[in-house]
Parts: sequence; C-alpha cells; structure tokens
Amino acid sequence: MAADGGMGHATKRREDVRFLTGRGRYTDDYTPAKTTYCAFARSTVANGKINSIDTSAAAEMPGVVAVFTGEDFADVGGNPAGWLINSRDGEPMKEPKRPVLAHGKVRHVGDAYAAVIAETLEQAMDAVEAIDADIDELDAVTNMADALANTDTLVHDEIGTNQCFDWGWIEDNRAATDEAIKNAPHVTTLELVNNRLVPNAMEPRCSIGEYDPGTGDYRLTTTSQNPHLTRLLISAFVMGIPENKLTVHAPDVGGGFGSKIYHYGEEALVLAAAKKLNRPVKWTSTRTEAFLSDAHGRDHVTKIELACEKDGTFIAFRTETMANVGAYLSNFSTATPTFLHGTLMAGNYTVPNVYVNVKAVFTNTAPVDAYRGAGRPEATFSLERVIDKAARELGIDPVALRRKNFIKPDQYPYASAAGLEYDSGNYDALMDGLEKRADLAGFEARRAESAKNGKLRGLGINAYIEACGIAPSNLVGVLGSRVGLYDAATVRVNATGNISVMVGAHSHGQGHETAFPQVVADMLGVDPMSIEIVHGDTSKIPFGMGTYGSRSLAVCGSAVFRATEKIIKKATLIAAHMMEDKPENVDFTDGEFAVKGTNKKVSFGEVALKAYIPHNFPLESIEPGLEETAFYDPANFTYPSGAYACEVEVDPETGKVDICSMVAMDDFGNVVNPMIVTGQVQGGLAQGIGQALLEHGIYDENGQLLSGSLMDYAMPRADDLPNFVVDHSHATRCTHNPIGVKGCGEAGAIGSPPTVVNAVVDALQRGGHDVDHIDMPVSPARVWAAING
Amino acid sequence: MNLADAREIAAPRTVVWAAILDPEVLKTCIPGCKELTGTVEDGFEAIVVQKVGPVKATFKGEVEVSDIVAGESLTLTGQGKGGPAGFAKGAAKVSFADTDAGGTLLTYDVEAKVGGKLAQLGSRIIDGFTKKLADQFFERFQDGLEDPIEAEPEEENEEKPKKGWIGRMLG
Repeated sequence: MAADGGMGHATKRREDVRFLTGRGRYTDDYTPAKTTYCAFARSTVANGKINSIDTSAAAEMPGVVAVFTGEDFADVGGNPAGWLINSRDGEPMKEPKRPVLAHGKVRHVGDAYAAVIAETLEQAMDAVEAIDADIDELDAVTNMADALANTDTLVHDEIGTNQCFDWGWIEDNRAATDEAIKNAPHVTTLELVNNRLVPNAMEPRCSIGEYDPGTGDYRLTTTSQNPHLTRLLISAFVMGIPENKLTVHAPDVGGGFGSKIYHYGEEALVLAAAKKLNRPVKWTSTRTEAFLSDAHGRDHVTKIELACEKDGTFIAFRTETMANVGAYLSNFSTATPTFLHGTLMAGNYTVPNVYVNVKAVFTNTAPVDAYRGAGRPEATFSLERVIDKAARELGIDPVALRRKNFIKPDQYPYASAAGLEYDSGNYDALMDGLEKRADLAGFEARRAESAKNGKLRGLGINAYIEACGIAPSNLVGVLGSRVGLYDAATVRVNATGNISVMVGAHSHGQGHETAFPQVVADMLGVDPMSIEIVHGDTSKIPFGMGTYGSRSLAVCGSAVFRATEKIIKKATLIAAHMMEDKPENVDFTDGEFAVKGTNKKVSFGEVALKAYIPHNFPLESIEPGLEETAFYDPANFTYPSGAYACEVEVDPETGKVDICSMVAMDDFGNVVNPMIVTGQVQGGLAQGIGQALLEHGIYDENGQLLSGSLMDYAMPRADDLPNFVVDHSHATRCTHNPIGVKGCGEAGAIGSPPTVVNAVVDALQRGGHDVDHIDMPVSPARVWAAING
Repeated sequence: MNLADAREIAAPRTVVWAAILDPEVLKTCIPGCKELTGTVEDGFEAIVVQKVGPVKATFKGEVEVSDIVAGESLTLTGQGKGGPAGFAKGAAKVSFADTDAGGTLLTYDVEAKVGGKLAQLGSRIIDGFTKKLADQFFERFQDGLEDPIEAEPEEENEEKPKKGWIGRMLG
C-alpha cells in the first residue's frame, strides 16, 4: 500500500525544521544547575615518560574544585577493543590497556594526562596551565615501517613490539594465491597509501556527567552514535557502574562519520568527577582537541597485486597492508582493517584466489578507527586502482575489463573468494546505466574541448561492492566480534492512535525521524506525522547497537518492521474481538480491519483505543495495551554496489585538478526515501572527494600533528565539488531483510576516491605523461611533480 | 628543521669566543629574552617571549653550553615550555675560525623542533620562523661586536637598549 508519505516517497526531512531554525538541542546546549567545567591537560610530546605531575598550584587556582591525574584511575579498567583478531600464527592480538587518563607514559600528542574541574571553563583552562608535569620526551615512532623494524622505540613497552597483529585472510588460501600469481601470464603491482583523515564532525565531542546521590543513578549526556554500547563499555569494562544505574543520552548530534561510535576516556572522567563532586561536570572539546584526540580514519600502506590472463580474466588478488592503529586500540580499530577490509578484496569480480595480509601497527599518533566506509574504502581503492593500472598495461578498456570479470546476475547468491556470500546485485545493469548517465560515448568530444583550453581531461571509472548493515551476530561472532550486532525497536501505539517508535539506531544526519515513520505508516496505513521516533536515550529505548556501518534502516529498520508486524497481529486479534469474528477472517488493509465477505470493519484508531479500554476483553487470550518490541538479527550483511564515473580537468601548468562531473549509480535495493538516500550519497561523495583531493592528517617524525587545524587540514568546500548525478534506480532487493534495503550511508565515500584518482591518472596518461599512480590527496603539488618527473 | 649558515665578524677570535660565553651577551642576543640567569658551567635559566603565527607564548626553559673546545667550537642548546602553546627546542653547533682579514668566521648549524599548539597551528611558518630567530641571534651578536656603540636592531614596541652590549659592558 502506498500511503502518501509511505515507503518510496521523497518526504522532506521533518527534523530539518528544528536544525535549520536553530532549535536543535545538542549536548553542549544542556547545562544542568550547578554545572562545573572540565578542561584537560594534554601531552605536547608524542612519546614521554611521566616522572611526576604536580597539581598543587592548579588546585589552589581560583574556582578549581578538583584535579585528576592518571593515578586516580589506575585501578579502573581500560577501554577495550571490540574485536579480537588472531594473528596468522594463532596468537591473539596485542591489547595494551587504554586508560581513562595517561598513566606512567603519554603516547601521542593530545593524550590527556590530567583534568581540572572548575566553576567556569576559563578557570579550568587557566588551572590546566598551572599543572607542572615533569615528562621526559622519548623518541617517537610515527612511520609504520619504522615502527615494525625498530623495537628500540616502543609505543607500549609491556608488549615488546609495535605490531598489534599479523592477520591473514583467508590463511588457507595463501598458498593457492601465491601459486596462482607465480604462474600468471600477467601480474600488475601497485603500491599505494590510503591517506590518514581527521573526521572533523561539525559538532566537536561533548560530555556531561551527572550523579544523583539520592538514587545512586548516573547520567551521561554525550555526543554518541551509539549510546547503548557506550553504556555497556562504561559498565562492563571501565567503571563497573551497573547498567541499570547508568543512563546514556545522546541528544542531537552534529555529525559523527564514525568518530562518535567509540567510548572515550573523557566520558568516564566526567562521570567519575560528577560522583566525587556531587555536581554535574561538563567537557566540550575544542577544535584543536578534536584534531588531536578524536579517532582518525584510514592510514593504510598497501602493496596489491592483480594476476590475470592476457585476455584480462582475473586470476588472483594479493594484498599486503600495514594499517595504523595509532597509540591505543579504539573500540572498532581492529575490525576496520581486517573484516571490514579483507573480506571485500574480491570486489565485484569472479576472481578465484584472494589473499590479504594486514599488519596492524602501533604508532605515537592518535588512535585510528572506523571512518565513513571503514575498511571498504581502503579495499575499493586498492582494487579499483590496480584494475585500472592492469587495464592500461593490457590495453583493455577499463569498463570492458571490469565487465569481463563482473559476477553475473544469475550467479547469486555468490560466494566470493574473500569469504562473503553476496545475496543480490546486477553490476552490468549499473554499468549500462553509468554509460548513459555519464555519456561515456561523448567523452572524446569533451576531452578535445578541454584540450583547446590547455587542460588535460581524464575519465575515471570505478565499480564497488561493500558489505554493510553491520550485523549479523553469527557472522561477526565468527569474525572476532566481542558483541552481538543486531538491533531493537519498540512500537508503542498510544490510546489515541498516535505512535511512538523507540529505536536502537541513533540519528545524527541520517534522517531516521522521517524515514522510519514512512515504514511504519506504510504498514499501518496511518499518517506518518502521527508517528514519532524516539532514539538516543538508553532509559527510553529497549536496546540498540547504534548507527554506523550503514546499518540503521537495514538492521534497526527491520526491527521496526518486525515490531510493527507484531502490532498488526495483535491489533487483528482485538479487531476480531470487536467485530465478533475469528482473527483468520479479518483482513487489514489501508488502516482498516474488515471481516472478509462482510461490511463489518473497524479502523486502526478504534482498535488502538480499545486496546487501552478493554472493558470486555477476553483477558486470558488478549492482553490490554498495544505495544510490541522486536530484536532483529539479520542473516547476512547487505551488499550495496555501484558504478561511478568522474571526469576531471587537470591544469598542466599548476597541477590543479577540477572535477567536472561525478556520476554515482548505486544499487541500494528497495529505497524508502529517495531524497534522503540521494543526500546520503551526495555527502559521501563530498567526503570521498575530500579524501581524494584535499584532506591529509600528517604527523612529522617527532609525532607532531602538522595539519592540526582547519588552516592546514583542507576540508572540501562547495566550490571544490561538481553537481553530482546520483541515481539509484537500478536496484536489486536485499533478499534477507524484510524491507529489501541495503545500506546507503557510506557508499559515496567508498566509491568516489578511486574514481577521482583513476580520472586524474587517465588525464595525465592521455596528456602524454607516463604516470601510473599518485597518492591521495592528489594535490596540485603532487600532480605537478608527477607531470614534471 | 635544520639550517646552516656562516657569517664573518670583524673582531678577533678571542673576543668573539669570550663574548659568546657571556650571559649578558646571550641575554641580549636571544630574541625575546626577558630573563637569563646562571652560568656557563651550571647552565642558564631563561624566560623568552615569542609569537609564532597566531600563538604568543612565554617560554620558560634552560639554555646549556656544551661540547666546549676553547676558542674553536661549542654547542648552544635551549629548550622551553610555553604552557598550552607547547614547547620549542633548539641546538646550535657553532665553530670559530680566523679569517685572512683578522676577523672571525663563525659557522653555525641549527636544529630546531616545536611541539603542541605551535606545531599544529604554526607548522607552515615554523621553518621561516626558525631561520628568522637564528638570523636575529647571530646578527645581534655580530652587531654587538662590530659596532658596540650603535643601538641594535629591535622590533617595534620593545624597549630599545641604549647601547650595544659591549657598550653597556664597558659602561
């Protein structure tokens, strides 16, 4: 049933009204009575031994109410990694403790070693300056190859190495892949860097701790994508607060992109301080602190080989990657370079042999974790760059080479050589669509036109597959996850017919408040505006695993779907009772229950009211009320895929790259709100182009972050981006979730970086420059240097 | 950041050598130095105010003179903490040789590094800044030796000494 505003309708985002009129309520907007303010002392050296921290002068400063150091948290637990990865030799990964505050050693610039709580923020910041920390600077290690080779300089002395793990995927395929590459008629090799990114959500992190001595209840208001997981980590690992005595509330959140999935030490600190002081404690990150202490993204150094027949048939992919995990293991940091990366290394292709080796490396830099795409952009970039290079070496058109190796529509479900089972897709249809929407046939004419203006025009093609809708528990459990990955929803039909839906997914830009009601409205035949989404507060919602990995609609939306099915089932019982007939004789369509073959009917609203006024209910068979909860754990990841094209103009005089066009053909399965999906892809494309052309988190050899401000770290602006063509009309339904949807949140950031770099290399090649590869960001300096040898 | 340079000073090597070991000389020549106490043997404590790009800070730190080969070479090492601005460290290897004209050839090799906010906000300008500081130091040193009566070049709004440092030492 297609109710107006139901599934498939481009309903405008209702939450935008409050965001666009300044009525959003973010964490920092909340200031409880008697709030105190927290400021952190952070290391200015990348590696240092803490000899002593004298806080006596700071404690005497005006307005200071407490000073904490690592010593105060020596006895509490560490912030753990969520995934256990075993090395090729079966040894578990090295997992050094990540303390609330640095203790004994500081391990990266920005590592917090003390905190001051004061009556005002200014007083707290002044007192931080009065802390006298005697820290001996030690040699730092920031380069991954150096970190592996040089065991004199250790990030964590107690583990005796800088290698966290040495992982092989799939280890049993190693020998066959080696053999296939050895005997292959053609092998293309490419070494590349996937540049480190600083997430830079518009809203910096912020946390407020509160404690009620009367009840013993803690409350943490915080910028989180994942309030239940934060509660679980604080309760089970770090502080031991019982889950039923801790509420975690993430109100409006101004962007996360991964960086707010994780639990951070600042959250534990404000809770501990709130209890000690019996007053609320607030900390709001500065932009500088965000640069230094938010989990960064990417930072892989990779060598990839593609073996193929002379006709271009793929035989094997073999990858060796070093993945930077920074100074401490952030919660998802061990999953990102492994199971979110290695399992995708067969791409969209019928390649029989895949082997991936990933060494995760500790360095004296900020922790690195999942950032929009998380592992899949790294996989796609490696694959699609080496395929492009192979196409050139073999003299085969890049589109034709990809098509030759695509998994065909009749091959699903398809077991990839990297261990996943793709449920659906049609890559040729996407490529057909791309050829039309991007007018590939007209490229030569456009190139000639650019050449007249002295510009080198290039065309970049890319195909991607990704695994998202991060779940299912059975699969992630096998892969090393220490948590289950499912989601939950409660649908509460109130007596007057309006509906509250409590969801475990957190909305911070994804439009859940608009899209989720479309699903429920469609099923119940009611006005979407009568449905309200409640999210982000652990005291209000049943449970949830949060929002990341393009999982909200596929996993939590499916939980909403299942809970709504239960509502219909129970409402049917009530309706049958009201119409004095058997439930099996009652049909539900367009918001009305009717007895088949009669004119007896009751509306959904009448049933809702009856549920709460059960004067004559058969109470042994029907409970009063109309509220249902569902936990949904899918059978598989979802596998969105796409074909992208980008055209660039390179100015050979300056090396400046202008993106002329970017066309994204994506298969997201069933689409609930096409406008929101288009917006998600556009945002992802902007971030992917940012990575490709502009962004780079750079540490010098001493571990100082050189691109540590928005003056030096280049974020994409509107005028760096073309008008995007976004098309998701070539859809194949996801076969295993009830809505048929695939995740769309990360696709743009996964598909676009290799498309852009392929286009730049193509432009240079067509311009007569023998350039195989340029590392991202493809800055004017790098392009100019490549042109000029 | 590394830089190497040399300059010729129109004064005999013995005078130049004595000057560089003089705390008063160091204080006058270190750009932005507000206080300098101590001795060559025990090291000096210094307070230096500097502005690097958008960051202005008061650095408290130590200056050490080491590797002393009398009349020939020494190393000046300084490190300072600027509170929330971060830290700066530097070392200058300086050597002295006679010139044909009877003066002294002073050769120096400077290595500097910064950390904290200075590095995050000022990395684009830190190389130029280091060179400016080193140039200022040796320029003042040279000027003080060659032209003891003239006022040394100073930045605006800073208190200008009436005489060069030799002038003051001579009263």
